[in-house]
Amino acid sequence: MKHSKTKILLLSISVVFVVVMLIVPLISVLMNSLAEGWDFYVKALTTPYVLSALRLTLIATVIAVIVNTVFGLCAAWAISKFDFRGKHLLTTLIDIPFSVSPVIAGLAFIMTFGRMGWIGQWIEVLNDYLGTDIQIVFAVPGVILATIFVTFPFVFREIIPVLHTQGRDEEEAAALMGAKGKTIFFRITLPQIKWALLYGIVLCTARALGEFGAVSAMSKLRGETFTLPLEIDALYQSGSTDAITAAFAVSSLLVLLAVGVLLLRVFFEAKLHKPS
Amino acid sequence: MKHKKIIAVLTVTAVLTAAGLLAGCSRGTDEDTLTLTNVSYDPTRELYKEYNEAFQKHYKEQNGKDIRIVQSHGESGSQARSVIEGSRADVVTLALSYDIERLERAGLIDAGWEQELPDDSAPYTSTIVFLVRKGNPKGIRDWNDLTKSGVSVITPDPKSSGGACWNFLAAWSWGLDHFGGNEIKTRAFMTDLYRHVTVMDAGARGSTTTFVENGQGDVLIAWENEALYTMREYPGSYEVVVPSVSILAQPSVAVVDRLARRKGHEQAAQEYLRYLYSDEGQELAAKNDFRPSNPEILRRYADRFDLDVKLTRISDFGGWDAAYVKFFDDDAMFDKIMADVDGSQ
Amino acid sequence: MNPFSNPAGGRNRIIPGFGLTLGVTLAMLSLLILIPLISILGHAFQLTANDYAKLITNSAIRNAFITTLGSSFLAALINSVFGFILAWVLVRYEFRGKTLLNGVIELPFALPTAVAGITLSKLYSDTGFFGSFFAGYGISIAYTHIGLIIALVFVGIPFVVRSIQPVLENLDPTYEEAGSMLGASKFTIFRRIIFPELRPALLTGFGLAFARGLGEYGSVIYISGNSAKNHTQVVSYVIMQKLNYVDYASATAIALVMLIIAFAMLFSINMIQLWQARRVQ
Repeated sequence: MKHSKTKILLLSISVVFVVVMLIVPLISVLMNSLAEGWDFYVKALTTPYVLSALRLTLIATVIAVIVNTVFGLCAAWAISKFDFRGKHLLTTLIDIPFSVSPVIAGLAFIMTFGRMGWIGQWIEVLNDYLGTDIQIVFAVPGVILATIFVTFPFVFREIIPVLHTQGRDEEEAAALMGAKGKTIFFRITLPQIKWALLYGIVLCTARALGEFGAVSAMSKLRGETFTLPLEIDALYQSGSTDAITAAFAVSSLLVLLAVGVLLLRVFFEAKLHKPS
Repeated sequence: MKHKKIIAVLTVTAVLTAAGLLAGCSRGTDEDTLTLTNVSYDPTRELYKEYNEAFQKHYKEQNGKDIRIVQSHGESGSQARSVIEGSRADVVTLALSYDIERLERAGLIDAGWEQELPDDSAPYTSTIVFLVRKGNPKGIRDWNDLTKSGVSVITPDPKSSGGACWNFLAAWSWGLDHFGGNEIKTRAFMTDLYRHVTVMDAGARGSTTTFVENGQGDVLIAWENEALYTMREYPGSYEVVVPSVSILAQPSVAVVDRLARRKGHEQAAQEYLRYLYSDEGQELAAKNDFRPSNPEILRRYADRFDLDVKLTRISDFGGWDAAYVKFFDDDAMFDKIMADVDGSQ
Repeated sequence: MNPFSNPAGGRNRIIPGFGLTLGVTLAMLSLLILIPLISILGHAFQLTANDYAKLITNSAIRNAFITTLGSSFLAALINSVFGFILAWVLVRYEFRGKTLLNGVIELPFALPTAVAGITLSKLYSDTGFFGSFFAGYGISIAYTHIGLIIALVFVGIPFVVRSIQPVLENLDPTYEEAGSMLGASKFTIFRRIIFPELRPALLTGFGLAFARGLGEYGSVIYISGNSAKNHTQVVSYVIMQKLNYVDYASATAIALVMLIIAFAMLFSINMIQLWQARRVQ
């Protein structure tokens, strides 16, 4: 009980910080979303715009999660099980989407696939020639690409520390005994990284659901290429009190999803730390 | 062995990417229903919501077919850019003709679009006014009141907002009028004015939100339609003040010829814009606080719109190109004024 | 020369799947991340020196860089302090609600930035829950640098906590015990024994929070007011603005500089982590 004073002080600082910075904003979203009653809330969530945004958000999220899981597993396997030159460079490149402004990501896609981009110009020629209507940016594929981009490293980042701590002895032993790659992966590696992988997927899902900057740079059609965060922005920008309450109502949907993610996190964390 | 691996790598990657992109593209579209995309700017959200319904009904009566209209709203300049860069659009209904000229320069709209429809292809107009808080506590009557000490002004950034350009030019017009054409004095006034600007949002809608929802500032320099809309949304909280001099803001409309042609939407797109000039279209514009271009219908709404205000036009500035060179390009007048504001702080 | 050739020779080949996994990794990385980014580079090389000079001579761009770097740095600093305390509390103390506290830390990861943005700006505007309190003392938070920093603190806090926590958990208690037996005060033990061990983790956390702040867009644009006059525009916003103004040259030049900064930040973080791993061994 010697450091009880320090403990109380540090604990109070922590609690105040978390309450002010994190919990109050969370509650504030929910309060604002119900400011005009339950009926309004339900109505706000079932407009065609919101439903269409929800649909696209889910599509983009599912695809992003699948792509990034495959990528994360491959990259983590290659990086943790083998030594090769350029490994640090590779790791850094994978991390790039973490710290690149999503606006820059949007710009990058526009400069590639936009009407004036170097690939986009050819698509445009193709469209004029064949009368097709292929569109990448400012259309659904662009939204999906952007979502993949911003969540790219998440699964990788979650499993790599676990793989690093586990080392590669078990896999090497199994390989020497003649086990095939598939067997090694499913029998040895996957059980080790199971919870980290699941958490990575959950985190990736959360980020994909909430991506705003990159998507907003190349999605303009409300009810067509809007995701939930864009719909929130559109409602918020509408200016009327009703629309702003509706913006918070849609936000509350994402907040609930975020809270769900956190609960899963606590669950996986417990599993991850339980000695096996 | 080696080949197998390479093939496996390529297959996995290709399948994943293709699956992703295809899943995005494959949405069931009803072949019979034509879908028009209207790329517009921020304050027309309410107008086009009502207008689209009216037009859908009209189209059904005329052609016996349904039509679907997808809307896009945002800062005018950013909307024009998105179309240039590849966003889908059959018609554009933007804040200023300059943004449509940019599409023309990009080869998307045929030259001469301004003559395609009546009144320079501007079916409705607006002007720049002040929105103040109830009772006008700071006693704002005209532009020079904005530079009184203690007055905080909200206006968006001309670098990204078409509306903000109109605001700037309206203030400039008053300056020229007031100082007998003396540009040096006008510039000093503008510097003073922008020194009183406390929040400069990216777009007109952002500014309204800042002023109304977040309670910033004493005066919002706004589109007349935006100010009237806010008055109606928040009865009894705000007042509109019309200055002695303002500018005739002409939001322009045009068919994006190249894109509409590709999809065979040209005719429907033209019909869509032409119907804006019909009595129903004009009434809807007036109801949504835009000044209808049809003088008869405008007169019907004389209680809503101050028809005595002295209005300059963009042509008085030599058109948008000249206005941009003089005022809004990098290191032009606006940047100089902002540098003065910065320097004197 | 294949830069990814295998210097260790045969040893790698024990575990299968090198070619496949590295191949998929490189292919997807190139396709989804590198090709788009290279488009920016390609465009950036076509710019003239004049375009780059603008980054310094144009006051709005210069101010945006100063604002972004400055407020991200300050926010990361604040996060380092509070993140350290939070990690400490979570690892060293037992108390009721610990799981909850631990879980909530991650909220900013899971909450969409746009939602964070509109909520914070509502809370801290002069009429908001916190804002009205400060407004009573004549302090505005929303639309000022303070609001900007609050948003960045919000998005950055989990990075610091999550960097320090595992290292603190694995800290060997014997040194501390030895120090305490030798009569060192709590503070001395902390300063001389614990803190040096945590320094790399703290630096990593700081770096990640800082890097995140540099690129943050969604939460910031709602609360900062984006005023050129008050210098509350961040770089991401200015890029967007330049784009809207069809000034691709400036947008690309700014983006290139930001990319270089981001890459440098991440590379140093990876190096710090390597250093940390070596220390542990």
